[in-house]
Amino acid sequence: MTEAIEQASNAGKNPRPIKLACRNVWKLFGSNAADFIRERDGKASMADVSAAGLVGAVRAVDLEIRQGEIFIIMGLSGSGKSTLVRCMSRLVEPTHGKVEFEGKDLLKISDAALIELRRHRMGMVFQNFALLPHLNVLDNIAFPLSIQGQDRSTREARAREVIELVGLRGREHFYPRELSGGQQQRVGIARSLATKPEIWFLDEPFSALDPLIRREMQDELMRLQTMLHKTIVFITHDFDEAIRLADRIAIMKDGEVIQIGTPEELVVNPATDYVAEFTRDVDRAKVISARSLMRACDGAEHGGTVAPEAKIASFSASIVAAGKPFAVINGTGTPIGEVTPQAVIDLLAGIERAGA
Amino acid sequence: MTVTASASQTRPPIQRWLVIWVLALAAVLVVFLLQDRLPWAVNYPVEAVVPVADWVSALMGWIKSNLSWLTRSVTAVLGVPLDFALNLLAKNFKFGHGADAFVLPRLSWVGVCAAAFLAGYAAGGRRLGLLVGGCFLYIALFGQWTSAMLTLALISIAVPFCIVTGLFAGIWAWRKPWAERFVVSPALDLMQTIPTFAYLIPMLLLFGNSPVSAMIATAIFATPPMVRATMLGLSRVPSEIDDFSEMAGCTARQKLWRVLLPSARPTLMVGVNQVIMLALNMVIIASMIGAGGLGYDVLLALRALKVGEAMEAGLAIVALAIALDRLSQAIAHKQATGNVHRSSASPRFWRRYPNLTLAIAILVVTTLLGLFVQAFAAVPKAITFTTAPLWKAAVNWVTINFFDVIEAFRVALILNVLNPLRAFCEGFPWLGAVFLLGLAGYQLSGLRLAALVAALTAFCAITGLWEKTMATVYLCGISAFIACLIGIPIGLAAARSDRFEKIVTPVIDTLQVLPSFCFIIPVVMLFRVGDVTAMIATVAFAVVPAIRYTNHGIRQVPPALIEAAKVSGCTPRQTFFRVQLPLALPEIMLGVNQTILMALAMIIICAMVGTRDLGQEVFIALSKADSGRGIVAGLAIAFIGIVADRLFNAWTAKARARLG
Repeated sequence: MTEAIEQASNAGKNPRPIKLACRNVWKLFGSNAADFIRERDGKASMADVSAAGLVGAVRAVDLEIRQGEIFIIMGLSGSGKSTLVRCMSRLVEPTHGKVEFEGKDLLKISDAALIELRRHRMGMVFQNFALLPHLNVLDNIAFPLSIQGQDRSTREARAREVIELVGLRGREHFYPRELSGGQQQRVGIARSLATKPEIWFLDEPFSALDPLIRREMQDELMRLQTMLHKTIVFITHDFDEAIRLADRIAIMKDGEVIQIGTPEELVVNPATDYVAEFTRDVDRAKVISARSLMRACDGAEHGGTVAPEAKIASFSASIVAAGKPFAVINGTGTPIGEVTPQAVIDLLAGIERAGA
Repeated sequence: MTVTASASQTRPPIQRWLVIWVLALAAVLVVFLLQDRLPWAVNYPVEAVVPVADWVSALMGWIKSNLSWLTRSVTAVLGVPLDFALNLLAKNFKFGHGADAFVLPRLSWVGVCAAAFLAGYAAGGRRLGLLVGGCFLYIALFGQWTSAMLTLALISIAVPFCIVTGLFAGIWAWRKPWAERFVVSPALDLMQTIPTFAYLIPMLLLFGNSPVSAMIATAIFATPPMVRATMLGLSRVPSEIDDFSEMAGCTARQKLWRVLLPSARPTLMVGVNQVIMLALNMVIIASMIGAGGLGYDVLLALRALKVGEAMEAGLAIVALAIALDRLSQAIAHKQATGNVHRSSASPRFWRRYPNLTLAIAILVVTTLLGLFVQAFAAVPKAITFTTAPLWKAAVNWVTINFFDVIEAFRVALILNVLNPLRAFCEGFPWLGAVFLLGLAGYQLSGLRLAALVAALTAFCAITGLWEKTMATVYLCGISAFIACLIGIPIGLAAARSDRFEKIVTPVIDTLQVLPSFCFIIPVVMLFRVGDVTAMIATVAFAVVPAIRYTNHGIRQVPPALIEAAKVSGCTPRQTFFRVQLPLALPEIMLGVNQTILMALAMIIICAMVGTRDLGQEVFIALSKADSGRGIVAGLAIAFIGIVADRLFNAWTAKARARLG
């Protein structure tokens, strides 16, 4: 069934080019960690690692991030997600493996090339904002540009553009201390966007904020993404946040990625009990689409039609009111299956039936 | 089972250590009793003294005769900015010679006072402005202006030098861990434990009796806190900010100068404040090698036993110290709390810096006025006060009316406490001391500490300074003991009552900024010269850390633990003795450690009032310009400090590890 879903979801879209990929990336702490993993040819079990007295922060990670998607790395604290994202940007030097940026191995490029890459093509937002305390909002945002040697008027013009974009106009001359947490993170976001990066790393950007502000900032991020279409790598420990924002999610535990998939795939088909534990409290109607719930048409009369991508929550009220199955139709209007009211009610009530 | 196993493993060593200590003390006692048979174990044999002093003298002599071109050029180069500052603040600029020389006047005292007010106003509001301006006005009105400005000129040249050197040394140590471990940290430890006097001797030898050598000594003495502040500030920059600078594509240089150092600015400013205060302290002491200024006035007055004049100059030092300290602290505080935005950043200089512009304008105008109106150029005699006769009268009154009481107190103290202790310490077998301290080091930390402690102690003996070392230890020990006896209860009381703390804090803040010199003056007025004076001055000087750390230690006990104690039914007394005090103990021990080190520093300065110990040795060497003797004695003092410091730190670390 997983294959069916993947085929179905890939069929409609053109696969986008891979922007960033990790190939068997390892980060081990301890003496002779590099020799250890090289001798084993990039393969080691958790028991091997601890037997050698090493700590495995990131182990055998393989993943591909496609252009323009929001890729979320989800895990509890200590799962290695922060180290992994730092391996991707080479803030942390991986012990083994390859990090490919548009097919080029990031670990092999020179320091100068790395600086150039970070100046123009990467941006990063931090959990605790990492604003420079001695600069005001305008100067903080213009800082990455001034590092590149842009003159004052050019960089300030660009800074004012992004200030406008994140809704901070009127605060240009405030210092970080004078701003609320949400406003500070808006500055952090504006600063990372000032250089027009192609790939955007967000390291738990909203974890230090109050729940209400967090939700507001998530909406803000979605708004920005519809305008900017960045490739986003987003780290979080909050599964609800991941579900809200993600195109795809990678779940990490003890330094390993244990499953990668769309929110729906994780909910419908958790790879392990650990993943299932996360997805248990998720509002399934908001995640699962008509395609996952449909069955072959059995000739009954249809009370309406829905698209295969439509989330159950978007039509649950009307299908229950209608009391009849809805046809699932593809782009050309041909029915490819149907969803019954009973299936929707079962889903909402959390009842699992064999064969459903 | 594991619990019982570990418990049974920890039990015996404590008892074993008890036995070892009893045996060790008995052995030392035996050596002491057998001193007629084993004289070499008690008093270090004269013929075996290693002539380190002669070696050092020879080395210094060689440097002096072969590197005089270097020292002369250093003097010449440093002399330029120093002369400028001295002329600007204290003397006048003179061009040409003789009667037709053109004289450009120094800054007017009116202008300097106004500038001080404006600086205080800009940094901390009107109250601070009045305090700082008031301190300067006080100095002017009490007739200490020229001396105070000489002192200030020296500081204003030495401090930037310290800041730049300290900054670069700190950056180097932060970048290269090996440099920190093997070069910078040991050097800092030594620099901060070597007594102030000992700095003066090589400077005197190399650079002569001049303001330049005083300035160099000051710069060397006052640099360590800047190095430490730089290292601390850089290592405290949040790792996210570090990551950000990488992601923004900073080069290593951009990262350091544009991200890390500005982010560390609050900590750096704390270092600057300490540099200023240490520089002031040292400039006063460096008056012995030609710094001139307020310190020289005190020195002259003390030598002539003119207590009134000494007190006056001393109070001017206090005023200067308070002004500089509060001002630099306010600036540091402003840095820490962050800037506040202004609605519009005006490009015009005088709009952006109104106070600075005003200060410069006032300075220029008043100084120019000074060309025509004498009252602006120099403080008119008519408006100055002198309190010297008053102080003299007060002292006379006290000595006439309370002479018997004071004298009885002094004699009783000497006869019953100081002399017996001194005899005990000076008679203590050097071999026994080396052995016992080494044993303590071994118990607290291990073989390395034991070897270090034993070697440093042995150094004091084999250079032939054992008796004087023990005289220092005795006076320092008893002073530190009394300081703790006074300071810890005050600290405890301050920790338990907010009202009391509010009274104590400004007092100890002020005590802390006063240069060590100032403590001697009032005591010598009452108790004349001798060990008692030295002891009392030292207690007053060293009591501050005991109070501060005790208060802080008790107050930093987490409130959750105190609530837990209350909930489980502790009375306030039980909470205090069974929860707060044990948890605060490591912090209190740190305070005791600081007290000992400060007492040691002060005891040495008290050589001026006639103690007979290592301080006297340095003092004599200074007056004879005998560099070898002075440096070796200085090292011996530093080693006493290092031994005490290391043992206490090892102990505190152990206690902390136990508390988790």
